[in-house]
Amino acid sequence: MVNPTFRITGLDAFYGNKHVLKNINIDILPNAVTALIGPSGCGKSTFIRSLNRINDLILTFRREGKVCYHNQDIYAKDVDVVELRRRVGMVFQKPNPFPKSIYDNIAYCLKVHGIKDKDKIDATVESSLKKAALWDEVKNSLRQNALTLSGGQQQRLCIARTLAVEPEVILFDEPCSSLDPISTAKIEELIHQLKQSYTLIIVTHNMQQAARVSDFAGFFLLGELIEFDKTDKIFTAPKDKRTEDYITGRFG
Amino acid sequence: MKRHFDEELADLKEDILDLGSLVELAILNSVNALKNLNRQQAERMIVKDKEIDEWELKIDEKCLNLLALRQPMAFDLRFIAMAIKIGTDLERIADLAVDIAQRVLELADKPLLKPLIDIPKLTIVAQEMLRDTLKSFVKQDVELAKQVILRDKEADSLRDLVQTELINDYMIKDVNTISRAIPLLLIARYLERICDHATNIAEDVIYMVKAKVVKHHPEKLVNNHS
Repeated sequence: MVNPTFRITGLDAFYGNKHVLKNINIDILPNAVTALIGPSGCGKSTFIRSLNRINDLILTFRREGKVCYHNQDIYAKDVDVVELRRRVGMVFQKPNPFPKSIYDNIAYCLKVHGIKDKDKIDATVESSLKKAALWDEVKNSLRQNALTLSGGQQQRLCIARTLAVEPEVILFDEPCSSLDPISTAKIEELIHQLKQSYTLIIVTHNMQQAARVSDFAGFFLLGELIEFDKTDKIFTAPKDKRTEDYITGRFG
Repeated sequence: MKRHFDEELADLKEDILDLGSLVELAILNSVNALKNLNRQQAERMIVKDKEIDEWELKIDEKCLNLLALRQPMAFDLRFIAMAIKIGTDLERIADLAVDIAQRVLELADKPLLKPLIDIPKLTIVAQEMLRDTLKSFVKQDVELAKQVILRDKEADSLRDLVQTELINDYMIKDVNTISRAIPLLLIARYLERICDHATNIAEDVIYMVKAKVVKHHPEKLVNNHS
């Protein structure tokens, strides 16, 4: 039996009085892609943001229950949140590169983490861009402003930036929703390659994307995890009628 | 929420049923041709098979379009995938009905070797299995589909009876009977194959409704819990 990267038990989350996650229990396995689907406002983004404590930045956020990362409760008092977020990186819906050069977008993250050796920074910029399948497109224009890249390239730069600090887990929050089909295909191919070395969790509204890229899939509804199973099971033979209704478009 | 897609799926279901009716008629015609050893009936039946081939292609095309354009999931996906397989099985049943008619042409000008007893019984089993399997598809009736599958053994036994009798009582004893015995032997074989295809369809119906694979797993038919 593989040890889960994350073990979430009895997780409840609130924004003020609003109960947004209800008793979530789930294991996230390493070197696999876990997709989370469900209608807007069902809690899936709140869920992944609970895994690297980005929700802590929201003043009204409160949680109960346990989120264990390699058996360690990430909400325990002695946890180094900066280190947690390095190990559990995140890629957002809209590409958000810094208004700096392609090179500096990655170098800056390394400097923040205390790396000053120029050779090491150069090597990491190159290896990260290669891992993010962007190197060949930008290797001759590393000093160009990142904002001049296309949306798909910007998103891959954000992935390269995440990879540069050597995370173990990458959380993707609708990473392709603002991209064209070709850029989407490139990101999906990248996700497929990255799972050899990383644990990936992706929130998506695109059912076909969840089916294409993931090994496991979870369906959230009104803050509850209704069903969690291998992706092929969820999309060919879901157990719960609510999952069936959602994925076949009968919902509502 | 009512979907436009539901109307397309209902159309596909109608197409399968229309094909099913044509195939039932094809069997009836070839069986009547056999009963009466009627050459004209057999020939008419053979010509009509083209129509059934066209229906199969039409169903295939409709299914491929729905898969490409609707990207179905869950029951919808299972329904369309099984529609393709059921279409193929129905067309194969019609081909076997044609095979029967062709054997009737071989038998038509000669006196019948013996009165037909078990072949008519097998004919009834084949017709009933096909009727029930189509009914189980329409009503999504897993219990009826299971009964069809369990009935396949009856068809096997009847075919064995025909085979044993023709070989032992006629072909071995008198080689002059072989040319009249072989068509009958083949007809029993075709009828039993029709039952096999009806069984395939019943297995597909169970997968479509329950997402449970019973094909090649007869023990799962006994376990009734899910």
